[in-house]
Amino acid sequence: MSQNPISRYFNEMYQGDAVRPPYRGLEDWSRDMPAEFRDMKQSEAEALFRRIGITFAVYGEGGSPDRLIPFDMFPRVFAADEWYRLERGIKQRARALNAFLVDVYGRGEIVKAGRIPGRLVYQNEAYETAVCGIVPPKGVYSHIVGIDLVRTGPDEFFVLEDNCRTPSGVSYMLENREIMMRMFPQLFQENRIAPVETYPGLLKRTLASVAPKKCDGEPRVVILTPGHFNSAYYEHSFLADMMGVELVEGQDLFVEGDFCWMRTTEGPKKVDVIYRRLDDPFIDPLCFRPDSMLGVPGLMNVYRSGGVSICSAPGAGVADDKAIYTYVPDMIRFYLGEEPILKNVPTWQCAKKDDCKYVLENLGELVVKEVHGSGGYGMLVGPRATQSEIELFAAKIRERPENYIAQPTLALSTCPTFVEEGIAPRHVDLRPYCLVGEQIELVPGGLTRVALTEGSLVVNSSQGGGVKDTWVMAE
Amino acid sequence: MLSRTAANLFWIARYIERAETNARLLEVGARNALLPNTGGGYRNEWDSVLAASGTASAFRDKYGEAVQRNIETHMFFDTDNPSSIASCITGARENGRIVRTALTGQVWDALNTAFQELQDFARTERSRLPLSDLTDWTLRTTSLIRGAGLATQLRNDGYDFTNIGHYLERADSTARLLDVKYYVLLPEVSFVGSGLDNYQWRTLLRAMSAQRAFSWVYGGEITASKMVDFFVFNPMSPRSLMSSAEGALSHLERLARSYGRSTPAQNAARALVEQLQRMTIEDVFDEGLHEFLTRIVGEVDALASVVSGTYLSGVARCD
Repeated sequence: MSQNPISRYFNEMYQGDAVRPPYRGLEDWSRDMPAEFRDMKQSEAEALFRRIGITFAVYGEGGSPDRLIPFDMFPRVFAADEWYRLERGIKQRARALNAFLVDVYGRGEIVKAGRIPGRLVYQNEAYETAVCGIVPPKGVYSHIVGIDLVRTGPDEFFVLEDNCRTPSGVSYMLENREIMMRMFPQLFQENRIAPVETYPGLLKRTLASVAPKKCDGEPRVVILTPGHFNSAYYEHSFLADMMGVELVEGQDLFVEGDFCWMRTTEGPKKVDVIYRRLDDPFIDPLCFRPDSMLGVPGLMNVYRSGGVSICSAPGAGVADDKAIYTYVPDMIRFYLGEEPILKNVPTWQCAKKDDCKYVLENLGELVVKEVHGSGGYGMLVGPRATQSEIELFAAKIRERPENYIAQPTLALSTCPTFVEEGIAPRHVDLRPYCLVGEQIELVPGGLTRVALTEGSLVVNSSQGGGVKDTWVMAE
Repeated sequence: MLSRTAANLFWIARYIERAETNARLLEVGARNALLPNTGGGYRNEWDSVLAASGTASAFRDKYGEAVQRNIETHMFFDTDNPSSIASCITGARENGRIVRTALTGQVWDALNTAFQELQDFARTERSRLPLSDLTDWTLRTTSLIRGAGLATQLRNDGYDFTNIGHYLERADSTARLLDVKYYVLLPEVSFVGSGLDNYQWRTLLRAMSAQRAFSWVYGGEITASKMVDFFVFNPMSPRSLMSSAEGALSHLERLARSYGRSTPAQNAARALVEQLQRMTIEDVFDEGLHEFLTRIVGEVDALASVVSGTYLSGVARCD
């Protein structure tokens, strides 16, 4: 199953006919697998996913909220040394992003030093004036940083975007591994694969380490979910279960006497750390959106007075804004005095006149995204778009240029993937989950998303992407 | 435990029990309908089933006349009817999804499978779904869900809330099923003890899966007194009001012990049990069977409200 050697895309397994070292343990396995066996395993995997109920809902598509995310059994593999470099780069970035957040809600040194335009920070929709002057426990705003990475060559990694609010998908990282271990135990005997199952324990330790100053004793941690209609509800309940903490909704919490309490069958219990899986505007109707039914009235007052910790801290979103993204390498130099280990993708900001002109002239080559968009919605992939789609998008950019950024179409690496005809290369990305509390932790792995359609570069699950187990080989 | 979680568990149990009640009501109705109409002054047997299910007026508004096909639709398939079997199974599964982590895999499997099979029914030609298949399926499914819980669930406070839900709903169900008999009772006293009367009691026993149990306990003729004893007072009968009230009380007492605190809910349950212990069969007939049952349904409902107010709504109060 050799690959076309002149392909312009980096194939993570094959270099011509040669198999790259981290993938050697998969060569025989994939070559010798009979088609019937493969089909049997594939339906076994599907049955397992359905049985545990790991499904997701796609916003705006209607239909069943119980859709399965496609799982591809071909693992994606990193060598130990490749991972070591990624790990350092990811942790570096997570540190800088948090330093930036503390700074911009405090003295704003980076703006004063002229390294980032103040307009981009202070007039940003995600900037919360309500938390100015607050330094959250341990100086951490973003406790779970999801950094989306793509690869274009043996040593070429780019950060596509940062997710500082509530990155999702980690339950897939854990369940994909569970299912692979169950279906192919011999692969795990023959290869030394670093475990990811420590994640829930590390997450709980991270959350407990940022307990508020008024908390004495063992902090009580809860996960706050918008409810079971949310597309990520499965993940919320999965993490609550794995950490052994309560999964609460806004209606389960109330504020009284400078503390936050949860309603239990034995009366109120004080809550110390809230890992919230809802966005800032919904946290507290008294402080943000008055029409929100999801949050807890008065919660922000308790937060401000150190009665409860909120993870991620309100306001963290300003650091993962697509317009701010361009400046992350500068942040790393400014706060850490280090050179960035991971590269940014060159980005044109349509808000800038020259950039906008270039973008409009080269739409056919570029990927254009909304500054505040996510999930693969509202984006244009130039090389795959029709002429009329490009014209339509150009009109949108002219109307609100500040709403768009553009990047070159990256030659995303491919990983062998089981498709109808057998095994074929498909484009992949990677989202590792970095935990920031008293310490910075990164489990060796992450969520690999794969664009299952031939040639497609869009890996989002809402756009027909699938997932793979991600291996990091132990040294 | 979170109050909302306890409420979800409580409602899963109630929905399961309610689906089962509906299946049993449908069985009673279908069998009574096989009986020839002798003499005037009868109510339609299906009317009595509707009245006992407490959904008669909603049914009339939507369907009009009480014919079997419409009743089946209303009581099994119709999700506009909040207590139809489809609504109950869907509701139980939805509550289960919310508290997924408080359920064992087996319980979730049973709930989820029931829901998937229900979807299949909705897609199947109705002529290929005889009523007996639907009621059999419901009884089998609810037994499976309950059994999975019995065999695998942790015996913590959640288990108590589940069982309180089962017992309260079952008390309600038994009272309603007995009440069907009231509705079909003939206006003339002379019919009491007649062949017709006997047939109806027997149907009721069959629907409650209690025909053989009844014979073991009482033997001989079926009489109104024996029936009332069996379904109201006899603690050996698993569906009697007494068994249900005692069951709810024992789980409430277990809760009070583990929480180290007694509440108005324990008192209310104890009062219900003591009332049943004091009463005799004669008291029931003096009061009137229908009046007695209506009152008990009200009291069970009041007890459910106290449980809910005490444990399930998480009233904001700080110690």
